[in-house]
Amino acid sequence: MNRIAWLLAAGVAFAAQAQQPQRSTAEEIERYREALGEGNPAELWEARGEALWHQRRGPGNVSLEQCDLGLGPGVVKGAYTVLPRYFPDTDKVEDLESRLVTCMVKLQGFKLEEATKDPFGGPGKKVPMDAIVAYVTAQSRGMKMNVAATHPKEREAYELGRKIFFFRGGPHDFGCVTCHGDDNKRIRLQDLPNLTRTADAQHAYGTWPAYRVSQGEVRSFQWRLNDCFRQQRFPELRFTSPASIALTMFLAKNANGGTLDAPSIKR
Amino acid sequence: MNKSILAAAACVATAAGCAGTTAPPSSGPQVTTEQAIAVMKASFIEKGQAKLDRLDQDDVQKACSDRPPGTPLPKEVGQRIEKEQLASIRYPADGKLLGDWKRGEKIAQSGVGKQYTDDPKVVAGGNCYACHELTKKELAFGTIGPSLYNFGRKRGFTPENRKYAYAKVYNSEAFAACSNMPRFGHNGILSEEQIKDVVALLMDPESPVNQ
Repeated sequence: MNRIAWLLAAGVAFAAQAQQPQRSTAEEIERYREALGEGNPAELWEARGEALWHQRRGPGNVSLEQCDLGLGPGVVKGAYTVLPRYFPDTDKVEDLESRLVTCMVKLQGFKLEEATKDPFGGPGKKVPMDAIVAYVTAQSRGMKMNVAATHPKEREAYELGRKIFFFRGGPHDFGCVTCHGDDNKRIRLQDLPNLTRTADAQHAYGTWPAYRVSQGEVRSFQWRLNDCFRQQRFPELRFTSPASIALTMFLAKNANGGTLDAPSIKR
Repeated sequence: MNKSILAAAACVATAAGCAGTTAPPSSGPQVTTEQAIAVMKASFIEKGQAKLDRLDQDDVQKACSDRPPGTPLPKEVGQRIEKEQLASIRYPADGKLLGDWKRGEKIAQSGVGKQYTDDPKVVAGGNCYACHELTKKELAFGTIGPSLYNFGRKRGFTPENRKYAYAKVYNSEAFAACSNMPRFGHNGILSEEQIKDVVALLMDPESPVNQ
């Protein structure tokens, strides 16, 4: 418990220091990582997620242990590196979050509305989805992204995701590409990855999900996309919607060959 | 423009496409823009002030979409956009373009506005610092756009340059088709008075931008 308390205290101290513009955000993150050593508060989410994975839940009172994340029922290690992918049982391309929803509905008997109603945690609200996502992704840490995108529906999702990435609209004419289409740019002090470049795409995709120090939460990739579109002045991206999965397919495949280092720590 | 042409040339030079970039694959299922928009409309939810009509594109947004690296806007399309957007700019009826640079600085600092989490009654900012360096005092500036430090001093404090500054903030597409910069006047993000204040920040000799 002492270690956990210390991790959280370090986070608060870091968040306060991060307000000062003297150092770059990247330098601050590096200092925070050094202060933590090998620790990451995301471990708390990973542990909770592991317990939830094995826990009998839902109207069916069964665990997620037989959930097929793409490498066969119950195989968690490496599963995140092949997602999104096509699943014959649903005849759909699914990312991690949408596949977990499928398992919660099909295996555990949750209604779809129940399985999707609390996709992201917040102050005083810890949700199962964030924890299970943290657990599953951590089981692929150190492995290389290897999204196939060969099935016709997977290729269609990739093309669709590409269209969405380069789609400009709304009152500000913004698209994903506005902030993520050029090298070595910053918004205020925040470095922006050029997601049309392989190296940047690998590093960016491979470091989500992440423990966000400024929010005190582990944030999933679905959350990352949701919050990008909010800042783009678009309406709200629906959790596990077809557009969200297609865009994830585009970004995940572009990150192929990159090493997954998630859940990571971000500002 | 030069940069895009260079990028296109670099793509041709490598047989396998653009090395290190996510260039469009040569084959694969075609997804039309109409299909993509239909999927997006089914994937977004109206929230707060952000309604689904924000996914309806005007001609500029359409022309500037779907342009991966190596697919620059055709020159004649760019020229047509710039001409049309320039013609649509409405200048202040009183002919005055220079407002208050102190208010302009506040507008440049504020990123509030138009997000579904924003109260629509709160006056929107321009968030200039998100992308531009303006004064030497503010170190937390972005680099998506060029530095605007000494904007007026470098160009000269002339009526023509004041007019250009107003027009550029009002409608950036009038001078650079598919610019990353929002069309603050054209799309109703900033009011006429607010744009005048931003012009003052850029063009008033007393403004810290020109110190």
